[in-house]
Amino acid sequence: MTRFILRRLLQVIPVFLGTTLLVYYMVFALPGDPIAALFGDRQPPQSVIDTLRSQYNLDQPFWVQYGLFLKNLFTFNLGNDFTGQPIAASLARVFPVTAMLAIEALAIQAVFGVAFGVFAGLRRGGWFDSTVLVASLVVIAVPTFVLGFVFQLVFGVQLGWAKPTVGANANWVTLLLPAVVLGLVSFAYVLRLTRASVSENMNADYVRTATAKGLSRPRVVLAHILRNSLIPVVTYLGANLGGLMGGAIVTEGIFNVPGVGNKLYQAVLRSEGPTIVSIVSVLVLVFVVANLLVDLLYAWLDPRIRYDQ
Amino acid sequence: MTTPEVRIDEAGTTGVRPLLEIRDLAITFKTGGGEVQAVRDAHLTIMPGETVAIVGESGSGKSTTALAAIGLLPNNGRVSGGQILLDGEDIAHASEQRMIELRGNTIGMVPQDPMSNLNPVWKIGYQVRETLKANGRPSGPDDIAKVLSQAGLPDAKRRANQYPHEFSGGMRQRALIAIGLSCQPRLLIADEPTSALDVTVQRQILDHLETMTNELGTSVLLITHDLGLAAERADKVVVMYQGRVVEAGPSLELLRNPQHPYTKRLVESAPSLASRRIQVAKEQGVETTDLLAPAAETLKSDTFLQIQDLRKVYKLRQGLGKATDFAAVDGVSFDVRRGTTTAIVGESGSGKSTVAKMVLQLEKPTDGRILFDGVDTSALKPAELFKFRRRVQPIFQDPYGSLDPMYNIYRTIEEPLRVHKIGDQASREKKVRTLLDQVALPQSAMQRYPNELSGGQRQRVAIARALALDPEVIICDEAVSALDVLVQAQVLNLLADLQANLGLTYLFITHDLAVVRQIADHVCVMEKGRLVETGSTDEVFESPKQDYTKALLNAIPGAKLMLPPEVA
Repeated sequence: MTRFILRRLLQVIPVFLGTTLLVYYMVFALPGDPIAALFGDRQPPQSVIDTLRSQYNLDQPFWVQYGLFLKNLFTFNLGNDFTGQPIAASLARVFPVTAMLAIEALAIQAVFGVAFGVFAGLRRGGWFDSTVLVASLVVIAVPTFVLGFVFQLVFGVQLGWAKPTVGANANWVTLLLPAVVLGLVSFAYVLRLTRASVSENMNADYVRTATAKGLSRPRVVLAHILRNSLIPVVTYLGANLGGLMGGAIVTEGIFNVPGVGNKLYQAVLRSEGPTIVSIVSVLVLVFVVANLLVDLLYAWLDPRIRYDQ
Repeated sequence: MTTPEVRIDEAGTTGVRPLLEIRDLAITFKTGGGEVQAVRDAHLTIMPGETVAIVGESGSGKSTTALAAIGLLPNNGRVSGGQILLDGEDIAHASEQRMIELRGNTIGMVPQDPMSNLNPVWKIGYQVRETLKANGRPSGPDDIAKVLSQAGLPDAKRRANQYPHEFSGGMRQRALIAIGLSCQPRLLIADEPTSALDVTVQRQILDHLETMTNELGTSVLLITHDLGLAAERADKVVVMYQGRVVEAGPSLELLRNPQHPYTKRLVESAPSLASRRIQVAKEQGVETTDLLAPAAETLKSDTFLQIQDLRKVYKLRQGLGKATDFAAVDGVSFDVRRGTTTAIVGESGSGKSTVAKMVLQLEKPTDGRILFDGVDTSALKPAELFKFRRRVQPIFQDPYGSLDPMYNIYRTIEEPLRVHKIGDQASREKKVRTLLDQVALPQSAMQRYPNELSGGQRQRVAIARALALDPEVIICDEAVSALDVLVQAQVLNLLADLQANLGLTYLFITHDLAVVRQIADHVCVMEKGRLVETGSTDEVFESPKQDYTKALLNAIPGAKLMLPPEVA
């Protein structure tokens, strides 16, 4: 097992280099001059431009720029963004907010998705199943920005249950409404996945055998149907965590959440190579760790999966 | 259909109440096309300590009847009439709570397929423990180990900590028997408890089950499709056909003197009871020297396929970079003569299917040669190999898996002709029609799809497809193993007919010695990759030389039953 974890962590190196290189190159290749863009309509003196260029290594060829970026990264010196703020500090500000949002959304998906899915799957074709299926289809079909604005209007403005926007004071309570919106679409997928898995496992031979042993119904469901049904759901949730951490640009935009999505969006608008690639680097790590956790969870859920061989 | 007297005589048991009595039982299933009656007017009586077997083919209602007795009918099924009396209490419509009380404690079950009936994600010990716990019995580690070792599982303490996938099929079945008997139920329902296992393992397990239930005084309801096995293991046999009980009585009596036409057919075609090669050729007056009398044939027919010192070694990975060699086939040599049937027999893992794959050129031998009509097949160039494939065709075990569900029957049979660019559209269609005739399928089958056909019909399609290219050798890899006895007998007869008419050579891979006796001229017995015995079928069956062969022969269920020759 240790060897497996080690091997997976070593895989981070090529993945990390590949993604950062790709993203760095794409930012480099973007049309337009980021320095000129900083000044808008004004024309700064050439000396200022040159100073800024050399300060951000923009006067160097691509490979040198990328190499310097890597060097800075490994010496934990991310440098400043174009507004002069240290990148490390702004990352430290946005990631906790997005992490909170992602965890909250993930919890909503996992708890409600699995619970609803189990009930629907056990009584396939019943009224609960039919209602939930149609409802989940609606949720999947309606785009997030529509859901976001509707929720903001109804729960935030009209009913006043939550603050319509998050702003500077991001905490578990204020983030609840955006988390619901963010989690809703995946909740529908988790529900459907669980439902399908449960109704398939329900007819498995070992479930019948478990019943024949004289076990009570709740025990059969929990020990023999649910655990076996969670395997595909866990894969989905794990892949989803990475996506949630990448920041939901739309949801964060609607609710004005100062998170990764917002930051990334602004950095892209300004062609801020170092900021974009710094964020992406952290995200790569998050993805790798999330997938590793999924794999370990897998082995725990299904003992037939062994990573030692 | 006449309704024969089905009541089992209760003489000699007066004063004792039956443990289980099923009266006029009817079971219906709700399907897309309305209600279907799966079981009707079923009668059955089991006295305390008695073993009763229900025999029938798939779809006869035997498993459904047994499942009703433990309240485990599928959701769309229900008892629509009659009574199921357990010690006098009607449990046909008992509440779920009552059934939970009875299950495990009073009625135990040993299910059919050991591979799918243990939950793969829990340790064996855990699955025993929850049974003991649910039925209010002590469930400490020692109790679990005791239950498992009683079922014949060696080293039970350590084994309890393993997962089902670390167990062999036989060991899993022992674990399931342990679970079924762990709470010492008064009635044990054993639904085909060994049909997924090799014969020798099957014998051990059934012996053990018998000893245990005798010691505990458990009554057993044994469900099986194998009449020989039923007669050997049960006091009484109940024969079911199309949802009805058609005959019932003491085992040997029923076997010796079957009354109902279906039972008669079953007794006649039970492979474990039949003793001789299907002698179709003789009946048809065809030249018989190729088929029968091995002595004459050695002189007449030439060697068609020569297997010389064949070896196949697989690398088993063991950790990083390390690998050990595993010889799946180890130095196997034998000859196959033209127009004869050679059977390769062995248990799972004996390497018999690997030999078949190498002959078919689907696997490359590690060592040794395969001479086909005098030519070394390993030297064939791609174009020659393509021609070789025309002459050697396979028929596989699973008639469900080996036909493409998206191809209709016409396209399935025509495909090899198209691939080998034989004839035009019209002549190919004519050929397909002829082939359907040969395998006794109606012309109307051409437009149908595999899922619309029965297992036996699908296997006929597979045979027609194999015959499409007019091959000389057909390799049957467990070609009849998945079929019910009567269907199996039909397909074996068809194969024998085709051999007589077309002069085909068969290489028949099977684990079922009873089938071998019916179809083969020569037998090769394989064990752990090696050929342990070869000879003509009569030689091997009548005077086996190796202990392994003897053990295999002894393990055929019903082999020891003495039957008058006119029945056998």
